[in-house]
Amino acid sequence: MAASRRQVLALYKQMLRESSKFTGYNFRNYAIRRIRDSFKENKSITNPEQISGLINKAEENLAVIRRQTVISQLYAEPKLIIESRSDAKIKS
Amino acid sequence: MDPRVHDAMLPYNVSYYGNPHSRTHAYGWETEKGVEKARKQVADIIGADPREIIFTSGATESNNIAVKGVARFYKSKKKHVITTQTEHKCVLDSCRALEAEGFNVTYLPVQKSGRIDLNEFKAAIRPDTVLASIMTVNNEIGIMQPIEEIGAICREKKVFFHTDAAQAVGKVPMDVNQQKIDLMSISGHKIYGPKGVGAFFIRRKPRVRVEALQSGGGQERGMRSGTLPAPLVVGLGAACDVAAQEMEYDSKHIKRLSERLTNTIMNGLSHVVKNGDSQHSYPGCVNLSFAFVEGESLLMALKDVALSSGSACTSASLEPSYVLRAIGTDDDLAHSSIRFGIGRFTTQEEVDFTAEKCIKHVRALREMSPLWEMVQEGIDLKNIKWSQH
Repeated sequence: MAASRRQVLALYKQMLRESSKFTGYNFRNYAIRRIRDSFKENKSITNPEQISGLINKAEENLAVIRRQTVISQLYAEPKLIIESRSDAKIKS
Repeated sequence: MDPRVHDAMLPYNVSYYGNPHSRTHAYGWETEKGVEKARKQVADIIGADPREIIFTSGATESNNIAVKGVARFYKSKKKHVITTQTEHKCVLDSCRALEAEGFNVTYLPVQKSGRIDLNEFKAAIRPDTVLASIMTVNNEIGIMQPIEEIGAICREKKVFFHTDAAQAVGKVPMDVNQQKIDLMSISGHKIYGPKGVGAFFIRRKPRVRVEALQSGGGQERGMRSGTLPAPLVVGLGAACDVAAQEMEYDSKHIKRLSERLTNTIMNGLSHVVKNGDSQHSYPGCVNLSFAFVEGESLLMALKDVALSSGSACTSASLEPSYVLRAIGTDDDLAHSSIRFGIGRFTTQEEVDFTAEKCIKHVRALREMSPLWEMVQEGIDLKNIKWSQH
């Protein structure tokens, strides 16, 4: 069963959206960077078997992200200096 | 800790609460399964057999068991241990303890590059040398020792070779067979795993034996008695698994940020020295000396960086580092050195922020320094006679 382009894109967007919920600055940035880079890295793969293997892995990771972002929200840490700085940058 | 690691551990805190050593009930079985999976994950990342992995409370305990355990087990025949001057304190202190028990220890000096001289190492081996303990990656300057060459020499001379790989496993490729390592220490929290857990590789063929430090129920094949902390062990296994998957990706990221940090600071400031030979060093550990600046003052100025960016950590103590002294750094430069750590979760933004702050504060501190003023006037500080007599 080959995955459609739309299915992969939806998964990609979902992963990014869920990752943005990490309250910790470093984990949030890492998750987003890692997801972007791996989808980019694998974008030219055409072998359906390989694709479905990667989709399974991504779905497992999505489940991890969902659980861990919930926990990160339960035990949120104070914001870092660097975050308030980049917030200021965005605003200005 | 990596969220993927935490995710693997949680079920063992919540659902599987059995004792991994209890074989009589299902609770124990589940936990045992988790522990054995972790043992395989740790073994895989260093190319070992799962039966060669012993879980401990951390690299400090692993180093203690390796150094003291091997020396004591073979003490009736052999009485000499070789190590280096730049080892971690727990190895050095274990060696001191052995000296008090009547062993001889050679503390090999390192070259300016931070690496040992292989010929000097060969010459230090005696007929009664039982163990050589040499770390893979130094924790202060990131220097990597020529492990494979050392392993080959040790095997040839029939000396057991222990390496403290706490800073190396999961970051640089390790293979105990290719590198001919007989004993290896691994740490949990250095690979984004939990704190309070570590592992210990001990070769089966040719067999290496150790005398246990801890008496008890004979868990971990008698080498480390005490109930295993199953959630931590599972976390260590998961951390190794993630590290194995991410090693290539992480090392590219770390190398890029490391170069960015070093270049930005070096371009922004003069009289900055990078400690340790960059050709043979792990890029995640950048150690810089800022001449004419007192390290402590700079750390105070950079305090919010260390506190704010967590993984871009800086550390220094008042006493000049023994590692920097061993590589021949002058006392004044050793005093003004700072260690920057870059890892999987460090961002480019943090690196830029740190570099910018560092440049700003070094400039400000130098402005206040009379020594810096003299250097600007072209006075060579080394030729000044400071005292009247």
